[in-house]
Amino acid sequence: MDKKSRLHIPHPTARPGETPDFGYLDLSPAGSVDKPPIDARTRDIEYMSAGLVRVLDEEHQAVGPWAPDLDPGKLQVALRWMMLNRAFDKRMWQIQRQGRISFYMEALGEEAVSVGQGMALRPGDMCFPSYRNQALFMYRGMKLVDMMCQCLSNTRDMCKGRQLPIMYHSAKANMFSISGNLATQVPHAVGWAMASAIRGEDHIAATWLGDGSTSEADFHHAMTFAAVYQAPVILNIVNNQWAISTFAGFAGGERRPFAARGLGLGIPGIRVDGNDLLAIYSATLWAADRARRGGGPTMIELVTYRGGAHSTSDDPSKYRPKDEWKSFPLGDPVERLKQHLIVGGHWTEDKHEALEEELKTMVTAAWKEAQQYGTMTEGPFLDPSTMFDDVYAETPHHLESQRRRMIEVEQGG
Amino acid sequence: MAQMNMIEAIRSALDVVMDKDPNVIVMGEDVGYFGGVFRCTDGLQRKFGEHRVIDAPIAEGGIVGAAIGMGVNGLRPVAEIQFADYIYPGFDQIVSELARLRYRSCGDFFSPVTIRTPCGGGIRGGQTHSQSPEAIFAHVSGIITVMPSNPYDAKGLLISAIESDDPVLFFEPKRIYNGPFDGDPEKPAVSWASHPKGEVPEGHYTVPIGKADVVREGSEISIVTYGTLVHVAIAAAEELGVDAEIIDVRSIAPLDVKTLADSVNKTGRCVVAHEATRFGGYGAELVARIQKECFWNLEAPIGRIAGWDTPYPHAFEWQYFPGKKRIMAGIKSMMEIE
Repeated sequence: MDKKSRLHIPHPTARPGETPDFGYLDLSPAGSVDKPPIDARTRDIEYMSAGLVRVLDEEHQAVGPWAPDLDPGKLQVALRWMMLNRAFDKRMWQIQRQGRISFYMEALGEEAVSVGQGMALRPGDMCFPSYRNQALFMYRGMKLVDMMCQCLSNTRDMCKGRQLPIMYHSAKANMFSISGNLATQVPHAVGWAMASAIRGEDHIAATWLGDGSTSEADFHHAMTFAAVYQAPVILNIVNNQWAISTFAGFAGGERRPFAARGLGLGIPGIRVDGNDLLAIYSATLWAADRARRGGGPTMIELVTYRGGAHSTSDDPSKYRPKDEWKSFPLGDPVERLKQHLIVGGHWTEDKHEALEEELKTMVTAAWKEAQQYGTMTEGPFLDPSTMFDDVYAETPHHLESQRRRMIEVEQGG
Repeated sequence: MAQMNMIEAIRSALDVVMDKDPNVIVMGEDVGYFGGVFRCTDGLQRKFGEHRVIDAPIAEGGIVGAAIGMGVNGLRPVAEIQFADYIYPGFDQIVSELARLRYRSCGDFFSPVTIRTPCGGGIRGGQTHSQSPEAIFAHVSGIITVMPSNPYDAKGLLISAIESDDPVLFFEPKRIYNGPFDGDPEKPAVSWASHPKGEVPEGHYTVPIGKADVVREGSEISIVTYGTLVHVAIAAAEELGVDAEIIDVRSIAPLDVKTLADSVNKTGRCVVAHEATRFGGYGAELVARIQKECFWNLEAPIGRIAGWDTPYPHAFEWQYFPGKKRIMAGIKSMMEIE
């Protein structure tokens, strides 16, 4: 110990030009973390927040107590959703680079989170997503063309041009509206779950935020409310190591895992290999069953890596090693599920390539269709006078008069 | 009809609406078993149970955030923030989420939360129990902001607020919870029992949002105010012997411009008054709207009386509070202009 106090400034293990070093990540071998009964007391299962729940081992086999009951057919479908997410992101990124949409965010490297968790939830469960959960929207039935139209702010945009690209919503799919303010959705999920419990229903809520956003007060408010009322909610922390240029150390990730954030309140935490779809599915199902049977909230930390830039406005080569993702010890979620299926004799390289082509064609067709509803430069365009709708349930006088004035001005009056 | 003070009227509104609609729930600090620090929810938990009158952790951001989620899931939450001065930890949830949810989701999602919160000074509360932050919320599109000045309006407006599908900030001027206050702290307290607006129906009724109230008709000058200062303005006009028309704004946003304009077009003179600080305050909006609607009928500039632009000082409460003397001086200076 020093004789003086000292200010600790966290530093990532590697900066641009340096060799990536993930030595700070505590890893456990696949199958090594016990799976407790869903009614276990939090104090008896604290080990789940320190270990790493993994199912896929180095030989791509599913091993251990968390290996889920998912047949190869379902796993092929899961792989398809993850690959669709990736194909969609790749195309939308190009479209943004061509200047045809203003902004985009990809989920490269994190696709297993949305797909694995989506599969473990029921349609009646309510999701409060973050901005990298596009595959959750897809899995729950949102059409690619609708997502593209939202990004285009065109005449078929579900947000009528009011939201930045990727801020989707769907009441029908039980997908809450994405906010640009971070972590605000977490207390909403808890409140939604409290209402479900007040009515005695078995629907649960699930919400997602990043490692960086756990610093926000909303996350801490939400944890307290979830713990106090034992709300049927799953609080998912997608730890992708980076929040723009802020590495997880600045969210307090250096000394305890994010999965342990709720332990002080008695919320059990599961630290999961976020690139292992089987482990994700299994941990989520455990938490969902526990919540549905009155066991209260669970925190799940999904340990993954943000393979791409934060957004189209970001340049990660300025703050992290260029090829850091290649050294990430948990690999690529798509590649890992693919290898698992191949090892089991349920998939081939040829089928994989063919599926990639099929999805690419599907995305291209959706883009072609989306443009028919308008692009940023060519009509049809949204009617700007609709900007005054939906501020309130009924449009008040002062907004009606501003609408009239706006139309006058636009018409040269 | 029954005699009620403002606390009883607010409690009665909650009781009536909770009886009528099982989706209405109350949540806040100390609101349940104890019945609230101002007793507004006294007895409600005994009647409606712990699942509908919920004691909350001391986390205003969590109260507002959780209430939004409950509202999305079909409940009609009435959140209490114990003092308006404590509302700021919930500010982001109110401004970025509650106010905008309907808009950003094009009506796919909305959350009909009502936030009740006691505001204003005159109770020796110092700077953390005396603030009037209504202008901050009036500035935010997507929420409704109201402030009643008597028991009858409090109950009717609160029922309207809870039944509205829009989020409502419901400010309760706590100095007049127990009786009207004419601005003189030396005088013995007056109860609502002797005031006509202390007569409150026991059942369901509404006072519409978006309507100002002419509380006293007059011909010489219009005094546009709300909350505690309605009563101070009446006393000031009476002491001066001026035939003032006194308008209780009630609905801060949306604002009933027509009632204000009709009055000032008739009297030709106007003073606006509020407890909150002056600079960038709600009075500026009132002055601007009245000036535009009444310019050709104005015989004097529009006067503005407000709290000084300082935090609310504990020991100098009555020098800070825009009391009868300041309102009288404001009226006089506008009346003197030929």
